[in-house]
Amino acid sequence: MKLTHLHRLEAESIHIMREVIAETEHPVMLYSIGKDSSVMLHLAKKAFYPAPPPFPLLHVDTTWKFKDMYAMRDRVAQESGMDLIVHVNPEAKAQNVNPFTHGSVVHTDMWKTQGLKQALDKYKFDAAFGGGRRDEEKSRAKERVLSFRSAAHRWDPKNQRPELWRLYNARKHRGESIRVFPLSNWTEQDVWQYIYLEKIPIVPLYYSKLRPVVERDGTLIMVDDDRMPLRPGEKPMMKKVRFRTLGCYPLSGAVESQAETLPEIIEEMLKARTSEREGRMIDHDATASMEKKKQEGYF
Amino acid sequence: MTAQATPLTAEQVGDANIRLRVTRSLLRFNTCGSVDDGKSTLIGRLLYESKALFDDQLAALAADSKRVGTRPGELDYALLLDGLSAEREQGITIDVAYRFFSTDKRNFIVADTPGHEQYTRNMVTGASTADLSVILVDARKGMLVQTRRHSFLVSLLGIRHVVVVVNKMDLVEYSEKVFRDIETEYRKFAAELGLPAVTVIPVSAVNGDNIISPSTNTPWYQGPTLMGLLDSVDVDDSRLQEQPLRLPVQWVNRINHDSKNLDFRGFAGTIVSGRVHKGDTIRAQPSGRTSKVARIVTFDGDLEQAIVGQSITLTLEDEIDISRGDLIVKADAPAEVSDQFEATVVWMNEAALLPGRSYLMKIGTKTVTANIAPLKYKINVNNLQHLAANTLELNEIGVVNLQLDRPIAFDPYQVNRDTGGFILIDRMSNDTVGAGMLRFALRRAQNVHWQALDVNKAARAAIKGQKACVLWYTGLSGAGKSTIANLVDKKLYSMKRHTYLLDGDNIRHGLNKDLGFTDVDRVENIRRIAEVAKLMVDAGLIVSTAFISPFGSERLTARGLMAEGEFIEIFVDTPLGVAEQRDPKGLYKKARRGDLKNFTGIDSPYETPAKPEIHIDTTKLSPEEAAQSIVDHLRARGLIED
Repeated sequence: MKLTHLHRLEAESIHIMREVIAETEHPVMLYSIGKDSSVMLHLAKKAFYPAPPPFPLLHVDTTWKFKDMYAMRDRVAQESGMDLIVHVNPEAKAQNVNPFTHGSVVHTDMWKTQGLKQALDKYKFDAAFGGGRRDEEKSRAKERVLSFRSAAHRWDPKNQRPELWRLYNARKHRGESIRVFPLSNWTEQDVWQYIYLEKIPIVPLYYSKLRPVVERDGTLIMVDDDRMPLRPGEKPMMKKVRFRTLGCYPLSGAVESQAETLPEIIEEMLKARTSEREGRMIDHDATASMEKKKQEGYF
Repeated sequence: MTAQATPLTAEQVGDANIRLRVTRSLLRFNTCGSVDDGKSTLIGRLLYESKALFDDQLAALAADSKRVGTRPGELDYALLLDGLSAEREQGITIDVAYRFFSTDKRNFIVADTPGHEQYTRNMVTGASTADLSVILVDARKGMLVQTRRHSFLVSLLGIRHVVVVVNKMDLVEYSEKVFRDIETEYRKFAAELGLPAVTVIPVSAVNGDNIISPSTNTPWYQGPTLMGLLDSVDVDDSRLQEQPLRLPVQWVNRINHDSKNLDFRGFAGTIVSGRVHKGDTIRAQPSGRTSKVARIVTFDGDLEQAIVGQSITLTLEDEIDISRGDLIVKADAPAEVSDQFEATVVWMNEAALLPGRSYLMKIGTKTVTANIAPLKYKINVNNLQHLAANTLELNEIGVVNLQLDRPIAFDPYQVNRDTGGFILIDRMSNDTVGAGMLRFALRRAQNVHWQALDVNKAARAAIKGQKACVLWYTGLSGAGKSTIANLVDKKLYSMKRHTYLLDGDNIRHGLNKDLGFTDVDRVENIRRIAEVAKLMVDAGLIVSTAFISPFGSERLTARGLMAEGEFIEIFVDTPLGVAEQRDPKGLYKKARRGDLKNFTGIDSPYETPAKPEIHIDTTKLSPEEAAQSIVDHLRARGLIED
């Protein structure tokens, strides 16, 4: 009997999750409704079966996700039998922070970075599982599976614990917390193949369909609701598009595609010549922007 | 939970291309060499050839190459691998970075680790999960000291496949002689190290010779290309499948009244060697109890058998006591059990290893306390010579004896990485400070049995009408520890208590007169005092110790030697300025003049106790008042009665 790469990745992720729940007091799983979160949640169900995963799900909401994503979130939470905590940064809400008037940098910082820190502090979580992968971005490639944050949620990339074999050191000081990346060694390809084989439900936005979009600064943005102000001359047009990566709808670039099924998506990925982050506008903000955001407390 | 859809098996995948994709195997390898050997160029080439680079990444790389690249007009693949911006400015890679690419047959995870001397730690980390190591040699330079060092580390980490890439063949005009000379020399060295499988390939990473397809520049070379070898080499799984079952228990999955109203008790873990079938007789170690496998439980349904590499949950036919950290093994092929070992340790922290200090040791899913006693020797990684040493600094490798606080089940590291590899954790900083490999058990654990004594500690204390304990005074020199401890001792004596006071006068001049004041000696000093105090507590005495005991770690160790409630830490808190002003023995003056080295508070640290049982502020209390408050405290704790 031979294990495939997906078997080995699955076993490794399960191992990591079990280690973390055995060695921390108050873990939580960050659920962002995207494909990586869906895979991570599926692995959590496997890790603790027949018990439900022994931690709640946390969605740090920006109020600017696609409608389809909210529908998916509520359905998944209900089916999983796990508690779902939704945190909305009250300050961002009061100031009506949005990508159009504040720009993507402020928007992401207020809703996501500050929102995440608030939620972790409020519920005193000492470990948070996230769906980050090392192939996504350069600074992630060097991040540990168990990544420690100071009480102020800062990441110190120069001072990371070595991780050897299957041994993870989860000991921490009071106030410190851990970001845990069970999907560290998965690639985008692996994620899609696994979703296909395991029949994991995903948001329909990943499948191609005629959708209303406008082309703005070279990116196709879907007009998901009437909060999106159209610029002079902009008129939504129907295009057959899908999303490789999902976030806030005004910040997620759609790609023109004919892929309506998982095998078609996998085939399309095999031919893809651009990385998934290309459609994600927050990564283009500045050189080494992800590393900077991570140091400030972004997941 | 709602029932899940049944997953597709590979056979059910209609599309042949996708079927091929989902049935690939995984190979993890690491690369050893320096930027000068063209290592980054080689990895960049592998990523490029396997089409793992996207257009936007290539565009970003082209922009970066123009901006900070080292080769004008060319793609500088090194920039792909140097992820963190601070490191980019320095132009070096200083950590472990993981890269991913795939071919039709395999997925690859590359741990890229730098070759510079001070980064042994990173290379060991990257190699710990590798199935194979690629060692780069510059054809113009041949085997260097670093080649030997990398090969030694690879053999230490038990990697079974080594590929030596003789790179930059284009710069030696693809000379067969150059290649054969390097090959011969390397094979001789590999035999000395006992490296099992070695392949040597002539390559030009810049030009792509022998990377994907055989190069016409090296018609004299008949061996595999680099990618061809990576695609076909046998990974370690098959060897580990044939070994007896080892399953470190990660988590006990307990459900009272599941959906069928039955209690569920399963043992979850990842199989690290062998296989397990339903009905197999297993043994839990270290307890040694046996049972039979009732079910192999997974989310996708019960399995008939599971193999190394799978994360599963077992239920057993009998209710035997198993908890996290135990090892489930094949009943008739158990692991060895011991509490004393010889091990190789790689030190990974800025703070040096201190023999005598106790560290936490995590092996498998178990965490125990380990004392390193003694450090036998360290190894010069460049020439493999053994050197006498009393400490290990960052990136040094040594052979030590380890003494644990309880027995564990293990296999020698060279047999199994997961049941023989461990990390050491500093109890104060929580950092992973070392990594180690168990070599063999020192049989003493089985041979020396504790003499079971009928007259025990409680009996000895009772005849004296008291409870035994340690009053552990700690504080700066001149804080007033001895003064207060003497006063307390007098008070206890007048109350007809049986006491003894250990202080500098009766310890430093006798038992510990061989010790100085370096960190290593300070740790050993306190270790001996703690052990003596323990014997005296065992004899039923109320023991006072009055030493600076500057390190939290040793105080924690001393506390760990005593039973719950027996260790009373008394922090005699005097600000440095005040202690220095008192300076009863004139030591601070000497230290300030530089006549006294390693003086606590001046050029050696004092770690303030976080939660002492008793905190004495000597700027507020006189010695007499302090002594009285300590006696009151002991009374309140029920340690003495009137």
